[in-house]
Amino acid sequence: MRPFTYERAASAAGAAKAASETPGARFLAGGTNLLDLMKLEIERPQHLIDVGRLPLDGIEDTADGGLRIGAMATNTAAASDRRVRTRYPVLAQAILAGASAQLRNKASVGGNLLQRTRCSYFYDPAKPCNKREPGAGCSALGGDARGNAILGASEACVATHPSDMAVALVALGASVETATPAGETRERAVDALHRLPGNTPHVETTLAPGELVTAVVLPPPPAGRQEYRKVRDRASYAGGLFSLALAGGGLALGAVALKPWRAAKAEAALAAGASAAEAAAAELDAARGTGRNDFKITLARRVITDALQGGPAR
Amino acid sequence: MADGPARSAPRAAFEIIVNGAPRRVDVDLRTTLLDLLRETLRLSGTKKGCDHGQCGACTVLVDGVRINSCLSLAVMHEGQHITTIEGIGLPPDLSPLQRAFLQRDAFQCGYCTPGQICSALAMLEEVRRGEPSAETPDLGAAVIALTDAEIRERMSGNICRCSAYPQILEAIRDVAGAAG
Repeated sequence: MRPFTYERAASAAGAAKAASETPGARFLAGGTNLLDLMKLEIERPQHLIDVGRLPLDGIEDTADGGLRIGAMATNTAAASDRRVRTRYPVLAQAILAGASAQLRNKASVGGNLLQRTRCSYFYDPAKPCNKREPGAGCSALGGDARGNAILGASEACVATHPSDMAVALVALGASVETATPAGETRERAVDALHRLPGNTPHVETTLAPGELVTAVVLPPPPAGRQEYRKVRDRASYAGGLFSLALAGGGLALGAVALKPWRAAKAEAALAAGASAAEAAAAELDAARGTGRNDFKITLARRVITDALQGGPAR
Repeated sequence: MADGPARSAPRAAFEIIVNGAPRRVDVDLRTTLLDLLRETLRLSGTKKGCDHGQCGACTVLVDGVRINSCLSLAVMHEGQHITTIEGIGLPPDLSPLQRAFLQRDAFQCGYCTPGQICSALAMLEEVRRGEPSAETPDLGAAVIALTDAEIRERMSGNICRCSAYPQILEAIRDVAGAAG
């Protein structure tokens, strides 16, 4: 691990300002992803701003019947909250489908959104990766990219976003609240937080330098069924090969793209009266594999169709 | 600001409470909680397995909550209460879980055992607090029945290379049954 300096933030606004003014600064919340990457020297921050003790861990009802989850709430706290469990079960299910209990106890909601891809080539400093080193090339293309993206990928990057929680948030139409270095509060849809790779896979989010995620805001619970499904190589404590979050008329897919994927085409097809199979086909028409992950297209089609038809979960 | 190993790395001095005793430490900022416990405080009961949060051998309790001590900086825990296996029980005064692991032969090499026991102890508290898992059939239920499926799911962050899982499950079930 490279040496760094450290400060404990006193306020969200102060943290955002400090992050924008300090070269090589990164926010540190739970640290479960950042410290892992720092040990591998894939992340090399010169300065850490510890935001983990900021009073941003509250979970509170909003005036319109939604719920505001502070960014420093742990994954466990969010999944254990009675309002989340009863009004947003898809979110509790998605969080509990990820990581291990130890990690969920430490990892924050904000950090979960901003965790980085688990692409094995991103994690291997001996291999070129456009995310780690822009212009170096993508080793996953033509490599063992079994888990990699089938939607929205590019010649520069076929990585996926690893979060389960974010998939449920996108299906629910949640938004993310931030504090900017200028002292303002901004809000954007979770769907608008992450970027697709294009030619700049190292630019992963739409956050400005220093912008700090302070909360996730859920709209009132949608009418209709909520469900999270995850397919993976092991029954527990494994990343997804494919996942799906259904929340009323909202549908989002996980482990298929570099962002939690809003299945807007499937949603539109369903709203227009299409069958489950037709909706799945509409969404996956643009899906492309790179060889070893071609199976994910078939997998996605079957799971989407079954979930929309109301087949038994798990 | 340091940018390489050639310069002296920044340090932090702070207090941390380990197994009930306040300890004043002064460490390189890069020191993980795991390395602080093992290398600085010489509490070698907590084990370093993968050092990447994948195996659970380093599991300790922070203010009663289980975490992977390898994925946390020591300085992040200033003023907090850390409980390690040494704080749970030392011979001859072993805790019920430690005795159950012995009685059930719930290990072979024993390297993962401190993490398994710390994890299991905190896990039973999580269940008492009503925190759900992916195996909880009804997320709305206030009381969670600790089935074998629940125990397996909740302990999935602790890997046992010797695969003593059936005995670990029995040991935990013994203690959970006795307590419940």
